[in-house]
This record gives sequence, structure tokens and C-alpha cells, in this order.
Amino acid sequence: MSQVSLEHFLVVSAVLFTLGVICIMTRRNAVAILIGIELLLNAAGLNLIAFSRFNDKLLEGSVFVLFIIVLAAAEAVVALALILALQRRLRTVDVDQTNTLKG
Amino acid sequence: MNMTLVDLAFYAVAAILLTCAGYAVFSRNIVRAVFALLGTFFGIAVLYGMLSADFVAAIQVLVYVGGIQVLLLFAVMLTSHIESAQTSSRVAGLIPGLLTGIVLLAILVPLMLHAPWLQSGAGSYQATTASIGEALLGPALLPFEVLSIVLLGVVIGAVVVARRQGNDEDLSGESGEAE
Repeated sequence: MSQVSLEHFLVVSAVLFTLGVICIMTRRNAVAILIGIELLLNAAGLNLIAFSRFNDKLLEGSVFVLFIIVLAAAEAVVALALILALQRRLRTVDVDQTNTLKG
Repeated sequence: MNMTLVDLAFYAVAAILLTCAGYAVFSRNIVRAVFALLGTFFGIAVLYGMLSADFVAAIQVLVYVGGIQVLLLFAVMLTSHIESAQTSSRVAGLIPGLLTGIVLLAILVPLMLHAPWLQSGAGSYQATTASIGEALLGPALLPFEVLSIVLLGVVIGAVVVARRQGNDEDLSGESGEAE
């Protein structure tokens, strides 16, 4: 019998979440911050699937995670558009240098 | 304690996944970081498969690897000068970031390990695609339809934001003309 339990998945997800938070806090490139956000969303999705699997409610968890994935894709599209606009207007994607309200 | 093949597979996938994520977080080269993210996305998909969420695993590969990964690569290629040092992302505030990470880890991992999680036992392995389809057109119909509106809004919004406005500086005249 497999010994992989709910806690195993939760710990992986916790480490992934922590890495995402570190990425968001330390990086100054807007694309790298986007990478951190994707890590956070993946950690949350893994948690949801793990909980639903070990409570025999896989269907509910799957639907939740599908919505999360779709929203993550939408968020990535909008973020890419913003980053492109940023690059065109300010010639940088360093979030520390984008400190003007009116370009 | 005897390790089964499933245990070995889990530890291997988790190790690859977290290594790739760590590389994506700490690599100075943003292109390498994006490619390292590939391993993380695939690893998550494998873990979904091990949790018997087959449809979600397939969607994870399709949307993350096929969509978001490519979008991130586009963002990198379009914004940074590949040949120059600008490619590497400047890292600032490393100490506070790492400190927050360690504190977060010290809180989260014991919590995850010792909290009395509700576990009513895992169901049997079975295909979920059909039941997910029925759920999306039944109990979850409203969020499903709202999500389609959101996607439409995202597409239009992204085009409007990223549209090349003739002369970059001449924004006001351009938008006035559009109205």
C-alpha cells in the first residue's frame, strides 16, 4: 500500500508557496514576479486537489482547480499586456523604476 | 517501512518539481527561470495524475505548458534585450525575502503536518472527465458562464492595453481620436 498521504502533498504545496512568496518579494523584473504568482496559484491548486482527493470529493476540487487555471491564464494575459505597455512607455520592466502615475 | 513504486515516484517528482521551482526563483537569468518553470508545471500535472485528477492534469499541461509558458516566454523575449545583461533580473531585498520565506516555511510545514485534517478516505480511481462535464453544465453552470464573460473581457482588455499606439508618446491625441 502506498504511504503517500495527504500531508506529503500539503508539504510540497507549502514549499512551493514559500518559493513563490520569495520570488515575488525578491525579484524586481515584472515577468519574474509573474512567475512567482504562477507558483502561488499552482500551490493552491495542488492543495485543493489533495484535500478533495482524500475526502472523496474529487469532483468539487477538480472544478475549483479548473476555474483557478482559467483565471491564472487570464491573469497572465493581462499581465503580459501590461508589461508590454510598460516596456513601450518607460523602456523598463523593473518595477522599482515604474514610479510615475502619469507617463 | 517499505517503499512502494508510488512512493518513489512521488518523492522523485516532488524533488524535480521543487528543484525547478527553486531554480526559477533564484536564477539570475530570466529566460532560464521561465524554462525551469516548465519542470514545475509538468511536476504539478504528474501530482494531479497521482491524485487521480486525470482531466485536471491534462488541462494543467495544456493551459500552463502550452499557454502560460509561451506567454511568459513572449513577455521575456519582447521586453528584455537578450544579448545584454538586462536579461538577468535584478534581485533586491534578498535578506527580507529569504527571512519571510523561512518564517513562512517554519509556520506552514508544522501546521500542514500536525493539523487534524478532515480525511474521510480516498475514493477509488476512476475517470473524472464525464462527471466534470456534467458538473460544469449543472451545479457549476453560473460560474462557468461568468468565466466565459471574464475571458472575453480579458481578450478585449489585453488587446486595448497592448495595442501599439502609432507614436508611443502621442497617447492623448490617439485616444481622443478613438472616441
